[in-house]
Amino acid sequence: MSAVAAEVAGNDGGLSISLSRVVKSFGKLNVLGSFNLEIPAGQFLAVVGRSGGGKSTLLRLIAGLETATGGRVSIGGRDVDRTLPSVRLLFQEARLVPWQRVIENVGIARGPNWQETARRTLADVGLEGREDDWPSVLSGGQRQRVALARALVSAPQILLLDEPFGALDALTRIEMHRLLERIWTGRGFTTVLITHDVAEAVALADRVVVLREGAIALDIDVDLERPRRELADPRAVDLQRRILEAV
Amino acid sequence: MVDLSVAGIATGETRKPNLKSLWSGLAPWALPLVLLVVWEIAARTGLVTARLMPAPTTIAAAFWRSLLDGSLLFHTLASTRRAFIGLAIGGGLGFVAGVLTGLWKPAETLFDSTVQMVRNIPHLALIPLVILWFGIDETAKIFLVSIGVFFPIYINTFYGVRTIDPQIVEMASVYGLDRKALIRRIILPGALPSILVGLRYALGFMWLTLIVAETISSTNGIGYMTMNAREFLQTDVVLLGIIVYALLGKLADVVTRAIEKRVLVWHPAYRIKQGGEP
Ligand SMILES: Nc1ncnc2c1ncn2[C@@H]1O[C@H](COP(=O)(O)OP(=O)(O)O)[C@@H](O)[C@H]1O
Ligand SMILES: [Mg+2]
Repeated sequence: MSAVAAEVAGNDGGLSISLSRVVKSFGKLNVLGSFNLEIPAGQFLAVVGRSGGGKSTLLRLIAGLETATGGRVSIGGRDVDRTLPSVRLLFQEARLVPWQRVIENVGIARGPNWQETARRTLADVGLEGREDDWPSVLSGGQRQRVALARALVSAPQILLLDEPFGALDALTRIEMHRLLERIWTGRGFTTVLITHDVAEAVALADRVVVLREGAIALDIDVDLERPRRELADPRAVDLQRRILEAV
Repeated sequence: MVDLSVAGIATGETRKPNLKSLWSGLAPWALPLVLLVVWEIAARTGLVTARLMPAPTTIAAAFWRSLLDGSLLFHTLASTRRAFIGLAIGGGLGFVAGVLTGLWKPAETLFDSTVQMVRNIPHLALIPLVILWFGIDETAKIFLVSIGVFFPIYINTFYGVRTIDPQIVEMASVYGLDRKALIRRIILPGALPSILVGLRYALGFMWLTLIVAETISSTNGIGYMTMNAREFLQTDVVLLGIIVYALLGKLADVVTRAIEKRVLVWHPAYRIKQGGEP
């Protein structure tokens, strides 16, 4: 679970995330107040909550895009003080660079042998043969796939997803769920998924946390075997009901 | 699905668009052509005084004459040379200043409000001052052209750099792009559509400035050619000079459009249409 262990595990490991007594405020607005959360390495955590409840802020703190007003945010035992290459963030918008082709977007950090790696990762997310397309010709789902591939090329140990499927239609969303689950199972990175879709949370996560008014209102494990294709599973329905009540 | 629709365009729609594109290619020329004919008739029949408004064929003859004796080429090259030196200096400075102020807040504070103030002065109003400073030689003309092109390039470069999506810039920094890569791969290409708009405006100002500057005093250039012709009442050469300016302006515009089409292929608005419009 420590950084050393994760390094030994190589690409196939995750890193643990720890927030202890984290306070975050923007001026007078208090978004998180003395917030505690431990995410073990390799866990798939879903965070559910009302809009404006501080979910994105939580992710941006973990990603090193915001600094906490107080408390400690650490990854693999080390304090977060900047953005790390082992942590990747997927936004609601794909944020592709319009003037770079798909493959250049995926290999945005360029790195040694980036074209080969980008090509392989694109194939992994089901976009073989689209390397030379411009982002503007892709559908919403395809754009998120490119964004996912871009996050995956550097073999991250933590993947943070900020409502990345919220703008997609239902069928594409289910496709993306299967894709994400398959890749997460294969690579084992720690995942934090923010979503307003309770069914999505229960379908994908090991554990669901409900964030309300800057604090954790519910923290439950989802002990359902994978893959979870059965939508009407009574246990899943029961979990969804409990989550909805807490939101 | 994509393959099918492309095939449909390739086979089914070959005939009709040909006629249509022929028409849309010719239509813009119809009115000028009619005007030319009317003008020719008016000049020949003495409806307008030929000395003040010579017939198109007379101008064509003047064109032919000046082409043969080499004077047209000589003056055109002299003007073009001035135009491009001025564009390189003024445009280059405008570009650098625009990128600097766009990227770096202190530069904006220091520079931008001054520029916004100065740009409201029509640069041709500076002519008396410029003559006092530089005399009437080459420097004065190039200086005027440089000033004329500086502002459109500066303003549009600044705007282009400033309006780049901050979300993309944030994403790029998350992915570890350093400053150099950020500027080269994100900021400059993102600002390019706006910079090219600036270039189009700049080219317009460039020729406009030259027309005026060359008529003040010169020993060569299209402006000189027309002023000289005026002294000898060669109205046909004067009109020829005006036409050459128009053509040079048009040529510059065509070239920038071609550049836009080439470098902005990624942009949905500039993408070459592959099929007919719906
Ligand atoms: N950079 C910022 N400056 C000021 N207020 C912010 C900033 N980022 C977020 N907020 C505020 O913090 C609160 C939580 O925002 P956010 O984390 O985006 O919520 P969520 O993702 O759950 O919808 C909101 O009220 C939002 O307006
Ligand atoms: Mg949010």
